Amino acid sequence: MADTGLDKSLVPAHRYPGRLARMWDSDFVFNFRKSPIAIVAAVVTLVLILSAIFAPWIAPHEPFNPATWDIMSGNSRPMVPNEFTGKVFLMGTDEQGRDIFSTILYGMRISLFIGFSAVIFAMILGITLGLLAGYVGGWTETIIMRMADIQLTLPSILVAMLIFGVAKTLIPFEYQDRVTMWVLILAIGLSDWVQFARVVRGTTLVEKNKEYVQAARLIGRGPGAIMLYHILPNVLNPVLVIATISLALAIIAEATLSFLGVGMSPTQPSLGTLISQGQQYLLSGDWWILVFPAATLLALALSVNLLGDWLRDALNPRLR
Amino acid sequence: MLAYTIKRILQSIVVLLVVGLVAFSMFQYVGDPVDNMLGQERTQADIERVRAQLGLDQPFPVQYWKFISNAAQGDFGISYRQKRPVMDILRSSAPATLELAFVSGLFALIIGITLGVITAIRQNGFGSGIIMTLSLIGVSLPTFLIGILLAHLFAVELGILPSKGRGETVIIGGWVWSVFGTQIQFPSWRTGFLTESGLRALILPSITLGLYQMTLIMRLVRSEMLEVLRQDYIRFARARGLRERAVNFRHALKNTMVPVITIAGLQLGSIIAFAIITETVFAWPGIGNQFILAIRAVDIPMMAAYLMLVSVMFVIINLIVDLLYFAIDPRLRVDRTAGGH
Repeated sequence: MADTGLDKSLVPAHRYPGRLARMWDSDFVFNFRKSPIAIVAAVVTLVLILSAIFAPWIAPHEPFNPATWDIMSGNSRPMVPNEFTGKVFLMGTDEQGRDIFSTILYGMRISLFIGFSAVIFAMILGITLGLLAGYVGGWTETIIMRMADIQLTLPSILVAMLIFGVAKTLIPFEYQDRVTMWVLILAIGLSDWVQFARVVRGTTLVEKNKEYVQAARLIGRGPGAIMLYHILPNVLNPVLVIATISLALAIIAEATLSFLGVGMSPTQPSLGTLISQGQQYLLSGDWWILVFPAATLLALALSVNLLGDWLRDALNPRLR
Repeated sequence: MLAYTIKRILQSIVVLLVVGLVAFSMFQYVGDPVDNMLGQERTQADIERVRAQLGLDQPFPVQYWKFISNAAQGDFGISYRQKRPVMDILRSSAPATLELAFVSGLFALIIGITLGVITAIRQNGFGSGIIMTLSLIGVSLPTFLIGILLAHLFAVELGILPSKGRGETVIIGGWVWSVFGTQIQFPSWRTGFLTESGLRALILPSITLGLYQMTLIMRLVRSEMLEVLRQDYIRFARARGLRERAVNFRHALKNTMVPVITIAGLQLGSIIAFAIITETVFAWPGIGNQFILAIRAVDIPMMAAYLMLVSVMFVIINLIVDLLYFAIDPRLRVDRTAGGH
């Protein structure tokens, strides 16, 4: 936060607000406190992320350890004692007696891990290429931005599918199960860097002609240091907004790929895989196997989306 | 105008050549087609013969040129999975996808514009608030979930609409005419538009596919309308005593159409790409469905053909929209040619 410009010696020590208090009163946090939608979205996101991280401690069962499956309790309805074993499951069980609540927690863990990793990968790639294109210019810029243009003509989900398809052919069959997750991260990340690169390039073009960059050049800092230490901090606000919205998109993209059968396999299910499995039970009336994973995915995507929307407005100085 | 057109066409060709290179390298670095074509019992002579047959012993640029010229003539080779020409598969499944895309595009345009106008006119109304909130949820809902929900509600619970396949279809075209001694064959087209069950089968997939585009068009029309309704000429039209409907539709809506047409045109390509998801949910026998099966089975000729087909479609749509824009809005002409972007 910027210094308030107060001379500390003029203000009695107990009147000078502490770091936390100043943060509490900053524009950003004030804006957050005044927006009920942002608060709800942030709380939901936080709860979901925490429960995914702590899944091994929260989950009542280990859904991927066949020894703990309880076939007798199979097809239990949510919150209704099972007719044979009398056990109660919060969100019911599937045919093999797997606890749906636990599978969702573990599935969300995979979905979030892929989503976050893909966005971080796309972010690093996009920022690097965007900075290079904006600062260096010339041929570098032409090549990078033409690549971005070409990729933008195709929807990113299609690009991700193609990358996944090609990667699948390159990897020997016996390793496929183990690396699918990384292939998905690569595919979704590569399909998503363009947004970052475009925004970073645009901001860099503006920033590189400002006086502080000229000053830095004057005192002899190299182009790498200028990009990293001087320009990068000034492009982070828009990057943060895009990253949040990209996270929602990446989670949905992963779920879509897994649903279509070109993503996580049933042995290591993400939310998309769970939904695809649950769809098969819907016809027999076991709605809970589909509805709870679907609702979790929706809650996750919607709250991250709303958070991104709020962030865009809060960080946009023109809207203040 | 002419210089700009030529420049854009050249750019499009470069894009297609690059995409072609990507599609072509899939064959190069991914698996060995000889492995796919010959069985376990093969001799070195067999391998050499097949390699020569496929032209694999030629240098890279020659092979690339051959691939591009074959692709331009619609020859993408034989599908590894189905053992028949890729072009035949695409040709027989294209009508299903195109009809679905057409109906969902129509749905998105008509409903999107109508809702956009309504929410703009009654900006602070209760109904508008509900529509806008629903549209936000609609954007966050993944397409496949919308599909499952609609299929379950209307096909399983209510049982009024089918949730799988195209229903009854009729083949039209395929006639052979002989004109001055030369035989001309019309392409045959399997349509679902002519039977009742075919039309009913279109309803749910079209809504699923078009919903996202509909919300997009709705939000666009709404914001454009809100801008236009503030202009002086609208106030003047009201002052002249024109009826509200005439003001809203004949004067205001007309002036929002340029951006709407642009976005709608650009979205046409996405509709065809997103058809992959809808087609899988509704077991729709289109190109998207074939593409997913191809990815699962690592059917490279099929994947390459789909990639080329979709990029040709996108490039052509982009080109047309750009040129139309250029023709409609004279203000762009100075910027575009000077900026060279």
